Amino acid sequence: MPTTPAPAPDLAPEPAPDAAPAAAEHVPAPAGKRSTVRALLRLWPYVRPVRARLGTAAVIAILASCVALVIPLVLKWMVDGPVADGDPAGVWLGALYLLLLGVAEALLFGLRRWLVARPLAGVEAGMRADLYRHLQRLPVAFHDRWASGQLLSRGTTDLMLLRMFLAFPLTFLLVNGVTILVGVGIMLVQDWTLGLVVLVPAIPVMVVCGIFERKYSAVARRAQDQVGDLTTVVEESVLGIRIVKGFGRHRSQARAFHALSHRLRGTELRKARLLASIWAVIVTLPELAIGAALVVGAVRVADGTLSAGTLVAFLSTALALRWPVESIGFLLAMSQEAATATDRYFEVMDAEVESPGNGSCGPAERGPAAERTDGLRFENVRFRYPDAPPGSPPLLTDVDLHIRSGESMALVGATGSGKTTLTALVPRLHEVTGGRITLDGEDITALSREELRAMVAVAFEEPTLFSASVGENVLMGAGEGAGTEELDRALAVAQAGFAHALPEGTGTQVGEQGLSLSGGQRQRLALARAVVGRPRFLVLDDPLSALDVHTEAAVEAALRQVLADTTALIVAHRPSTVLLADRVALLSGGRIAAVGTHHELLRTSAEYARLMSGLDGHEDAAGFQEGDGR
Amino acid sequence: MTAPTATAPERDQPEEPGTGDPATGTTADDAFDQDVLPSPPGATGALLRSLLAPMKPRVALTVLLLLLQQAAVQAGPLLVAYAIDHAVPTLRDDDHGPLIAVGAGYLLCSLAAGALQYGFIAAAARVSQDVLLDLRGRIFRHAQALSVDFHERYTSGRLISRSTTDVESLRELLDEGLQELVTVVLSFVYIAALLLWLDLGLGAVAVASFVPLYALVRLYRRRAGRVYRQRSTAIAAVIVKFVETMNGIRPVRAFRREAANDADFAVLNRRHEHTNGNALLEMARYVTGSRLVANTAVAGIVLWGAYRVADGTLALGVLAAAVLYLRRLYDPIDRLGMFLNSYQSAAASLEKIAGLLAQTPSVPEPTAPKQLPPPASEHPGREVVFDSVSFGYRTGGEVLPRFDLTLPAGQTVAVVGSTGAGKSTLAKLLARFYDPSAGRVLLDGTDLRDLAVPELRRGVVMVTQEAFLFSGTVADNIAIGRPEATREEIERAAKAIGAHDFVAALPDGYDTDVRKRGGRISAGQRQLVAFARALLADPAVLILDEATSSLDVPGERAVQRAMTTVLKGRTAVVIAHRLSTVEIADRVLVMERGRIVEDGTPDELVAGAGRFADLHRAWRDSLA
Repeated sequence: MPTTPAPAPDLAPEPAPDAAPAAAEHVPAPAGKRSTVRALLRLWPYVRPVRARLGTAAVIAILASCVALVIPLVLKWMVDGPVADGDPAGVWLGALYLLLLGVAEALLFGLRRWLVARPLAGVEAGMRADLYRHLQRLPVAFHDRWASGQLLSRGTTDLMLLRMFLAFPLTFLLVNGVTILVGVGIMLVQDWTLGLVVLVPAIPVMVVCGIFERKYSAVARRAQDQVGDLTTVVEESVLGIRIVKGFGRHRSQARAFHALSHRLRGTELRKARLLASIWAVIVTLPELAIGAALVVGAVRVADGTLSAGTLVAFLSTALALRWPVESIGFLLAMSQEAATATDRYFEVMDAEVESPGNGSCGPAERGPAAERTDGLRFENVRFRYPDAPPGSPPLLTDVDLHIRSGESMALVGATGSGKTTLTALVPRLHEVTGGRITLDGEDITALSREELRAMVAVAFEEPTLFSASVGENVLMGAGEGAGTEELDRALAVAQAGFAHALPEGTGTQVGEQGLSLSGGQRQRLALARAVVGRPRFLVLDDPLSALDVHTEAAVEAALRQVLADTTALIVAHRPSTVLLADRVALLSGGRIAAVGTHHELLRTSAEYARLMSGLDGHEDAAGFQEGDGR
Repeated sequence: MTAPTATAPERDQPEEPGTGDPATGTTADDAFDQDVLPSPPGATGALLRSLLAPMKPRVALTVLLLLLQQAAVQAGPLLVAYAIDHAVPTLRDDDHGPLIAVGAGYLLCSLAAGALQYGFIAAAARVSQDVLLDLRGRIFRHAQALSVDFHERYTSGRLISRSTTDVESLRELLDEGLQELVTVVLSFVYIAALLLWLDLGLGAVAVASFVPLYALVRLYRRRAGRVYRQRSTAIAAVIVKFVETMNGIRPVRAFRREAANDADFAVLNRRHEHTNGNALLEMARYVTGSRLVANTAVAGIVLWGAYRVADGTLALGVLAAAVLYLRRLYDPIDRLGMFLNSYQSAAASLEKIAGLLAQTPSVPEPTAPKQLPPPASEHPGREVVFDSVSFGYRTGGEVLPRFDLTLPAGQTVAVVGSTGAGKSTLAKLLARFYDPSAGRVLLDGTDLRDLAVPELRRGVVMVTQEAFLFSGTVADNIAIGRPEATREEIERAAKAIGAHDFVAALPDGYDTDVRKRGGRISAGQRQLVAFARALLADPAVLILDEATSSLDVPGERAVQRAMTTVLKGRTAVVIAHRLSTVEIADRVLVMERGRIVEDGTPDELVAGAGRFADLHRAWRDSLA
């Protein structure tokens, strides 16, 4: 993770949620040539498989450019030969040569594009698939820090830039370089003095290009950052529209947006002025040289020391070189952007993926049979988020908890006490900082993640459904070969019978691109997904929060049967959810402060009583119990 | 160039029967299922014209600069012809005049070309940036003005991509495409004119070669258009899959979806790869074709020209100039292809943007806003009257049949009922997120539609279940309730709602950035911040729409305490699943299928035999 703070103090809203990493990575790095080249060299493994095609294409492009340079020579031959001699046959021959060369040039250009079209699309797709595969396997902590938008822009815009780099700048920096050398060679061979005259501006142009590149890349990065900030305001004003409207704040949002978009405009105009300057230089200097060559050439033609044909050929060669010279500026700019894109891509690819876990220990090494029914155990578990500020205390300091096999345990704690975090440790979505967690006596780090996650099913606080059918979403939680029977059972447990009444029953598409379901409906499907595979271990994070009272009661009744023979950890906020469990653990101050039944804890733990009743102190809690008729 | 199409997970919880009822949730011909909203014919062109209209003088200046610049650039070969045909012969006669003129002319043209190039790029950038500034502002303001009901249907992802990627594609058109097009057209016209002037015959042949080129461009445009549409559909599918996976990374991991996702993604990715390759090949065909035509034309013209020079009917210098011009004439054809690409994608984007801008806000601001009367008593609460109100979505389907309801000032009213009963719709009518289809909602006798936004929000504030935090500090987020509030007032609001303790425990207290390191804030804590915000806003009427769903019992109690102390005397409407919230209510409304079926004090209803009594019994049982 980049740790540098965002550049440029912001007047308006802070950088995007995603801009934290984004902003840091945009800190203008010394944009030297060497770092550009080094960044781009990292693309080699992806380019390697298509290197033959790419190389052939480059050779063909050089050939095509050289053909274009030969055309003026044919002209010269025509002017000095058949035209001067009035030889019609020679003129025909010359025109035929021109036609052949023209056709050759067109076909060679086409061939080059044809050669690289599919391979480069393939390189882009390959890099994207790798990125996706890699991202899926990065630790959840990584995803906590990076917003999906930032990752997405790496998977789309940046890869497109890289494909374009491979298609044009990479080839054409070489091709144009060769073309310029050959062209200059031809001019020098034709006439020394004229050639040198045309070469004079080369050095100032190169110097100016160097200066331009440095300035431009700094401004371009600033513009990129500001676009990111602007996107953040847009994103937030859309996602928080109810708050903006609910408090009548759309004017202040519009002001913030206005300020940022004006700032961006200023930067873009600065960028444009830089671009305009370099263009002006690149247009003027070579043109001046050609003008000088024309005057000198005309004098020498008049002297008779130069043929008219040579002058025509020379000037057409010089004009043919105009494009290769002019293009170098933007080819370099594109390379610069591609280098930034490469850096951005590998920033993600360099992040360490989760190891798949050991899972090597065979059944023989596993504990004796007795221990296989040990249940779920937390031993001295400590945890702090890897990105927590240094010096802050760990969130979980010393968690010891034993959930017996088949037992269900409610986890209760104040808001922000780390309940959700603790549940994320069991399927190793986060890694414990210290201590260990065992499932039936086996350390979870000794299992492969695959095995572990097959044993433990989870329902999250935020019930996410994917773009797939209802049935597919639920059956994700089951192993191979689970069918309608399991699906129906799970839907019944979660009281998600509504799924059968959807337009296409359990085949109805839901998620981002499908039917939008209410929070309660999604929560019930997520619950069904957790129970469908009859997991040995079940982790439920506040699974009933969005349900209305009737549904909640029905789900609880059905869930009790499931829980009867499942080892379960259930985060609970309310007595009704707590009562699903056999026992309750109270999480407080980073440790398990008390374990017992609901009623025991109500009597013995003031904090628990307060959490469950909302009242302070012991007596009140007792009063609450009586008040509830217990 | 980064324009992340951040498709956020759907945060809203459709409560309304219209979308909540799964059987009627989608209709096949719903305009919102498409990416492009219907807009009146010609709206895209009208939008572009209205964007460019205020820029007319500067567009004219830009075009003038380019005209002059091209004139300076295209003078080169003419000077070459003059040098060969006139300066060289006169030089032989020791007359240096013409050559000096050529030299001076070339010098002047080069300098002018450079300076004009600078002026043109700078002027064009100003036009393009001002158009973009205008367009960005329009989209933003329009999106903010559109009703919540629109936002619920249009989805955040689309709106974000309208203001990012779609604006970006117009930018590409303005920055590169249009310059390119004007340059290409201008140089075509100039060169064709010059060629005709140099020699009518040669010029005519060159102009004739435009016919096959034009056919080629048209063919490309048609074929490429199809391929590009396929490609943009393919990349959209890739993006959706990508975003969905990253936003749901926890369930992906917990349910071991990685391998299955890899396989699904590979299919989408390969489809995009294929169409991408097709698009590149289409371009290859176009480039080959246009080069063939151009080079054949060059060969033909040279043949004829050379023949005539040999005949003596054409000057050598004219032939040389013609050949130099011809190379330039056909050079920009490739660039024309690029322009067509950016034009096509920009046209598609503009169409989408025009569709968005064509939406009229269903909750417009009043043209002649009224003030609320001064409060009737010393209590801050105001009376709310629903006068013959009914509500249905514009797409049809009545959600709330006609009803009348009066909430006296200072009353706390709980609204209960199952999902889809219309509770949230009632609340949104009161908050003026929607306007009623018929009837009026009155606040102390004033129609909500007559209140300007600041006045309305001093009257009514709503806290919803989704507790979104904006980037910035915790204090900034609370201050959204009242931007001019002092730090003391912010802290007082946080203390009153029981949020102070957790905020104080954050790394930088109230100055903790909610998106930065260590700024993890749980769902319950977010809801507390949302409450503090509402408390700070100090409205006459407060609406809580399931605003306590993620709070634990003490959190909920703190909110209830605040309602009976800090918010005492305010009119409050509380929507809740939890009947515990109902305990503080003076009055309970039970809703079912859009109708208020029970209305009374909690005690009355519990004692009765209605639905509330059932609900209450179920809740009691759940506590036992």
